[in-house]
Amino acid sequence: MSELALPKVDRSTISNRDKIVNKLKRIIKSENVLDHNDEIKPYETDALSAYKQKPLVVVLPENTQEVSNILKYCNEEKIKIIPRGAGTGLSGGALPLNDAILLGLGKFNKILEIDFDNKCVIAQPGVTNLSITHAVQHKGFYYAPDPSSQLACSIGGNVAENSGGVHSLKYGTTTNNILGVELVLMDGTVCRLGGKTLDQEGYDLLGLICGSEGLLGVITEVTVKILKKPQTVKAALIGFSTIEDGGNCVSEIISTGIVPSGMEIMDKALIVATDNFCKAGYPKDAETLMIVELDGTNSEVDELINKVSDIAKKNNSTSIRTSQNEKERLSFWAGRKAAFPACGAMAPDYYCMDGTIPRGKLSEVLKEIKRLSKKYNLPVANAFHAGDGNLHPLIMFDANNKEELRKTEEFGAEILKYCVKVGGVLTGEHGVGIEKRELMCEMFNDNDIQQQLKIKKSLDTKNLLNPGKVYPILRKCAEEGRVHVRRGEEKFPDLPRF
Amino acid sequence: MSVEVRKNSQISQDSDYILKPDNEEKVSQIIKDLYKKNLPTEIIGSNSKSFIGNKLQCAKILDLSKLSGIIEYLPEELYIKVKACTPIANIEEVLKKNNQQLSFEPINFGYISSSKSNKGTAAGCLSCNFSGSRRFKSGSVRDHVLGFRGVNGKGDTIKSGGTVVKNVTGYDLSKLITGSFGTLVALTEITFKVLPTKDSSSTLVIHEDSKEEIAKLFNNIQSSSNEISGSVFVPIEPNNKKYIQNREKIFRFNDLKNEGPFLALRMEGSKKSIDERIRDLTIELDLKNKKKSLLDVHQSLLFWERINNLEIFSNTQNSLVRIVIPPFKCIDLMRYLNSDYKYYIDWCGSLFWIEISDMNEEKLLNIKDYIIRLGGYLTVIKSSENSVPLKDIFTINKTRLHISKKIKESFDPKGIFNPGKMYRSI
Repeated sequence: MSELALPKVDRSTISNRDKIVNKLKRIIKSENVLDHNDEIKPYETDALSAYKQKPLVVVLPENTQEVSNILKYCNEEKIKIIPRGAGTGLSGGALPLNDAILLGLGKFNKILEIDFDNKCVIAQPGVTNLSITHAVQHKGFYYAPDPSSQLACSIGGNVAENSGGVHSLKYGTTTNNILGVELVLMDGTVCRLGGKTLDQEGYDLLGLICGSEGLLGVITEVTVKILKKPQTVKAALIGFSTIEDGGNCVSEIISTGIVPSGMEIMDKALIVATDNFCKAGYPKDAETLMIVELDGTNSEVDELINKVSDIAKKNNSTSIRTSQNEKERLSFWAGRKAAFPACGAMAPDYYCMDGTIPRGKLSEVLKEIKRLSKKYNLPVANAFHAGDGNLHPLIMFDANNKEELRKTEEFGAEILKYCVKVGGVLTGEHGVGIEKRELMCEMFNDNDIQQQLKIKKSLDTKNLLNPGKVYPILRKCAEEGRVHVRRGEEKFPDLPRF
Repeated sequence: MSVEVRKNSQISQDSDYILKPDNEEKVSQIIKDLYKKNLPTEIIGSNSKSFIGNKLQCAKILDLSKLSGIIEYLPEELYIKVKACTPIANIEEVLKKNNQQLSFEPINFGYISSSKSNKGTAAGCLSCNFSGSRRFKSGSVRDHVLGFRGVNGKGDTIKSGGTVVKNVTGYDLSKLITGSFGTLVALTEITFKVLPTKDSSSTLVIHEDSKEEIAKLFNNIQSSSNEISGSVFVPIEPNNKKYIQNREKIFRFNDLKNEGPFLALRMEGSKKSIDERIRDLTIELDLKNKKKSLLDVHQSLLFWERINNLEIFSNTQNSLVRIVIPPFKCIDLMRYLNSDYKYYIDWCGSLFWIEISDMNEEKLLNIKDYIIRLGGYLTVIKSSENSVPLKDIFTINKTRLHISKKIKESFDPKGIFNPGKMYRSI
């Protein structure tokens, strides 16, 4: 792994550690200040586990006032602070710094209000994504964004990263599904953005905060919109003999006016890998496999699934299966959801990329990845949220082989640069974090980045909140940008990643 | 003084008073110059919504109307990229040919000022963030802006976002710009997400006059899985002859049976699915014994167009306010309004458009206080021609104003863009 550039270490903070710990123990309960090595260890990394840093000290405040007091203290004393939710992020957004306090929000774990009348839930930021749905499903409601880590990831982290999921084509990402937040700024100011109403008048600060990767404030409460579950959900599993046919089918489904709730594509390498891994029963002769999921009212779903089948046939599909019941629908997804661990079983290490491309560029980009795979002599498998153009190539390699590691890094950077070249972006849902930081200049010029930095400075004058993330430190396009999984030792290995 | 009047006044004979660049580079050059000379500037497009916001007195007018035209439209990619001041009507016409639409239903403010259609420009639509009836189902303008290019208050050209939906690369400035009333950036390019138009639509009209029953229906509609994409209540009050005549004219449809207050529901999709949903809803909402009308696709399209044209308030001389509240509070606000105001409720109970004939500062403050207590916000869309200019036409608290000032400074350090348009101090 490349050497990671980090913000300049403040030696005086490190030498004042004891004094800082004592002060923190006066601001919050002393048992919520973790300063022993064995207590701190679990916080050394998030799900981008290739990077590890020991934080100065870990604090686990229990209420908004405590968060405010901590931030105010840090701001006055010029101490860096890194907010952290569940630590499931894949881009290193919660990576600690040796001279920074790590602020964990794990004790903010309560659902504060379930308001069926106004169709919303107010939750503390440490509440997991899935538990919101669990809290409302008895009345037929759910929270729409469903990142693959939804069992463990926190709603506060979802807001910080603007998390998506396989259904974001139809239901949007976190930013389209939250109504309000309570936020603490670096100077300790507590503010409420939004509430239980749709939209907000004035500057859309809620929209700015969502996806700001913990650089602008610490979220202490989130109000999310809940939706009524659709009457019916059905899926079709479709095989194609070429990538082009699969890509054309995606484009035609969309241009016909169908908006599926999910539309996934896997390439041959992944079909084989997942079938070996979990016996998903996918057609092995297919070069490209597509899962199309449709939801809505009963007759609408039946009509649309027939239309999708017709479009698939027109685009030379080699097999079509339509789910006849819920069990079969879930079985279609089983292999797709096992894609990441399946790759983990095939090679000592894999890197997961996260670019988004225009849907119509799918076959072009997959061909380029294939070419690069030959050029670097490294196998790659491709999973693709085809509905919204989000591509997850998984490069398989052995990190013990230094040359292979270097080649993998180059390969990954070339893929992301190609995504930008065809009109796409560096990251669709994993965030920039430290991982793609130095690639930001592939997408943005100096003016663009300066404007974003000015916003950061306006709310965090001393650059103390999560410094070193999102924006380039090196001021050059280093070849970084992947999730590195070493010998299957993925952080949260039990979480499905798709 | 309106922009039109100023354009024709003596001062505008100064050829430099109105600056009308025809490309982004010129916009940037002009703003660099304005920044250097510290000249407050009003940014305008087609002026369709110039009456919204505080009145401005600026040294210059930056007219962006020449930045017009579709740059790229890829129906299969579900986006359209346009120059900032491309008329919304042109965009909608092009999308219609491909059975696509701006799903947030841009509000047509033309009728309330001049009794005729004027949907304004893409930049104007984005800058105000006012969405139509489908908002509670499909999201608002801000949810449909994928990216933009523009020039900040120093004259630097900046961009954010892109053409794809799933994008978490850097801060989401597209959302921040949406609803900023031209106080942060002079827009030059906008990319909108577009969505397919459904095959058909129908509107089920429930003739009901009990406020309690309306509130209950709104609540049940939001809990329904029958995919309702519009839900509006049009009361009969106030009981004045002119209003009733106008209302009858607007809602004169062959199949609209009754002339009293009604709640209308829109369903969009295939004909078969709509029929199925109407059957379901009759049971789900317990509508069997209620008076109902059903508008077919042609009447339905026209019905919602008239709602989103604000035709109820056509050419009004009075003040018009827009209130958004948590949906379950709609019964409280209906009771508060009693029968004293001309209003209607959209967004399934969340959005109130209210005409106020005798608006003054005290009255505005009273209503606003009440709305804030309900957890909502109020915007004065139009002040009556004869009234004294109102002070706080938007709703904001001290903390948000403080943050907004900082954000403003980061884009426009000398405060030259539309100074005071939203808040006196921004």
